[in-house]
Amino acid sequence: MHQIASDQHMKELATSLRQFVEENFLFGVPVPYSNDDSLLERSIIDSTGVLELITHLENAFHIMIDDEELVPENLDTINNMARFVARKQALACGGTTEAGGAAVEHTSFE
Amino acid sequence: MCGIAGVFQFDGRGACPEQLWAMIAQVRHRGPDAAEVLVDDPVGLAHARLSILDPANGRQPMRTSDGAIAITFNGEIFNHVELRETLRACGHRFHTRSDTEVILHAYREYGEKCVDHLNGQWAFAIWDKPRQALFLSRDRLGIHPLFTTECKGKFHFASEVKSLFVVPEVRRELDPRGLSQLFTLWTSLPPTTVFRDIEELPPGHNLLVTRNERRCCRYWQLDFTPDRRGRAVSEWSEELLALLTDATRLRMRADVPVAAYVSGGLDSAVTAALARRVAGDRLRTFSVTFDDDEFDESRFQRVVVDHLGTAHQSLCCRTADIARVFPDVVWHAEKPMLRTAPAPLFLLAKLVRETGTKVVLTGEGADEVLGGYDLFKEAKVRRFVARQPDSLTRQALFAKLYPYLPGFQSQSPAMAHAFFRAAPEDLVDPLFSHLPRWNTTSQLRRFLEPGFDATREQDTPYGWVRDALPADFAQWHPFCQAQYLETAILLPGYILSSQGDRAALAHSVEGRFPFLDHRLVEFAATMPPRLKMKGLREKHLLKQVARDLVPLQTIARSKQPYRAPDAKCFFAADWSAASHDYVDELLSPRRVRAAGVFRPDAVEHLLRKIRAGRAAGVRDNMALVGILSTQILVDQFVENFASHQRRPAGPPAVALPDSQLLRPGEAVGLPSTHAPSPGPVSFPLEEYVCEDHCLPSITGTHHAPDCQ
Repeated sequence: MHQIASDQHMKELATSLRQFVEENFLFGVPVPYSNDDSLLERSIIDSTGVLELITHLENAFHIMIDDEELVPENLDTINNMARFVARKQALACGGTTEAGGAAVEHTSFE
Repeated sequence: MCGIAGVFQFDGRGACPEQLWAMIAQVRHRGPDAAEVLVDDPVGLAHARLSILDPANGRQPMRTSDGAIAITFNGEIFNHVELRETLRACGHRFHTRSDTEVILHAYREYGEKCVDHLNGQWAFAIWDKPRQALFLSRDRLGIHPLFTTECKGKFHFASEVKSLFVVPEVRRELDPRGLSQLFTLWTSLPPTTVFRDIEELPPGHNLLVTRNERRCCRYWQLDFTPDRRGRAVSEWSEELLALLTDATRLRMRADVPVAAYVSGGLDSAVTAALARRVAGDRLRTFSVTFDDDEFDESRFQRVVVDHLGTAHQSLCCRTADIARVFPDVVWHAEKPMLRTAPAPLFLLAKLVRETGTKVVLTGEGADEVLGGYDLFKEAKVRRFVARQPDSLTRQALFAKLYPYLPGFQSQSPAMAHAFFRAAPEDLVDPLFSHLPRWNTTSQLRRFLEPGFDATREQDTPYGWVRDALPADFAQWHPFCQAQYLETAILLPGYILSSQGDRAALAHSVEGRFPFLDHRLVEFAATMPPRLKMKGLREKHLLKQVARDLVPLQTIARSKQPYRAPDAKCFFAADWSAASHDYVDELLSPRRVRAAGVFRPDAVEHLLRKIRAGRAAGVRDNMALVGILSTQILVDQFVENFASHQRRPAGPPAVALPDSQLLRPGEAVGLPSTHAPSPGPVSFPLEEYVCEDHCLPSITGTHHAPDCQ
């Protein structure tokens, strides 16, 4: 059963993801970008940065990301990521033990 | 290979010999065998010699027997034998076997066009007394360095910037434009350097300096206009082999043994095999190996060495060694670097020199000239995918790129596609091939304090590169465009300098590069791109040609570019702390703030990420190495130069009374019919005493220079 993420939850996710991007990829330097900007096109993350992003999503939000989910539609903007994480969390809360259980062991993409 | 320096004074005063000695002292590592200074009123020339050809008579600065033309020259003219014969037929008389004398006579015969007759690698300055003109030249591809600066009525030049910095009037500051270029393109773009007021003579250029004029002219240009004669592949391969063989033969000319580097890859295997044909089993070879499997190529090196049967030695480079010598490497490179890869080659050159070897051949240039770089492959795939962006089959080709990068290989095809995806407007951009690399690197500029980032919205390194492109660049094949950018920018700016000339000459070792023989470069530029990269098979034609020279295994192995460990060299194995005090010190907020180049907070963020063991990405590694090397540079060249520079110990400046100074009319380096003069003063390496000059000032107070 899918749980629709509340606006508030989405906002919190987006804020948390922005904070990670700013800490991890922008090193605290103020760079204007919107939640719908492509992080790859803006060169905010590079090709290996995507791996850091995935590791962070899995660790911070206790989700497991399947290979087929590694697509820009899920990962390339703050809003896409927030929606993706919310969806994965909803799946996990909905009792799909497969996702929830695996997330504990699968802590690093690398 | 040598070090040169000099001055042209316009203020009516004579050149100062003490200052010339101080300048040449800074580059004594380039030429430890002798040093001499020549003063001819407004002009002074200085030379530090690494004796390779005609050790007894090739002394420099050298001048014609009538004293009219004098030269200080760093480099080698490989066709000096043939050119001497040509000049002799024109009536020139020679007194030495040295190539230096050949340049003097070629200048007299052909004037500034003399460079068109030279096959070699050079940086020189010729004082043409009758014209009252100083003529400087740098080789076609930028193998040897040449820097200039002008202030307060004096024009100075030198092989290395440190020689210019001993001139009191020259200010020592970093240049924001040069830094912006380097933190985008991996190097500054000549004439810009990372130092304010210091210019680099671009490769393939001459500079004429008179009292009233500075005329900088390009005398050579890479030209990728294709050969339209429809030659068969066999003709291309025959000529390639003939040129390579001759280029190597010429580069074996020396009065000292010539050795070869063996990296384990194809290019150095080919040069070593061709050198072996000339030198026989006396050929010595050298390799660098790593204690880290990700970078080590020793088993491939062994295959080549066993096949050739050379006397081989290797140096095992540990990650700790890289951090230990890194400040010395920066001192010699004189510019920030984004990778540590020059450090192992710096260490290898030390080993080479310790064996008594002065000259090595390497395979440098083959990847640029014959199409070996992964970047060329990447550009080809990106362009191919861009034609049908939705094709999953085409997107799958991204997985064939960079097989040696574990981080890249963990990438999903969809995300790799998103990263490398080309927008329609990118396809027509002349810089298409290099945009992913440069876009990634340019993000490092975020670390720069605003005052040190010279880029503005419409004024960026990309624009500066575009403005300097050859007129017919747009007509060239995209593969050739990529080759041009790599050969014109990264080759001279990093590969041949930080990783080449500077790393080798730090230990008085000269590198020679058969693949960069201009005849071969010009020939390869006209070759159809499909012979360089057939499908995704790089250096296709070279592999064909190499079949009779090197083991098949060397040809068949997948390409692994030379790399070295980066950020991890500077930290403990668990990343929790820096491995050396100087790393902690120079990256401390206090020193970062004092240098003023980078944002201290951003550097702190980066260090936190590294210490947490999370800085695995390419960009983080480049950021750390780039910031650290810049901080070292500031320490050595801006803040504490006095404690890092070398000074001539006692004799040359002190024991050189005016009466002993060389005067116009005295023969230098050439047998003369004049009465014997006191002659130039030579001094051995031991007369300089200043070791460990590169250790950064850790306490903030200056070291007392350990000079006498």
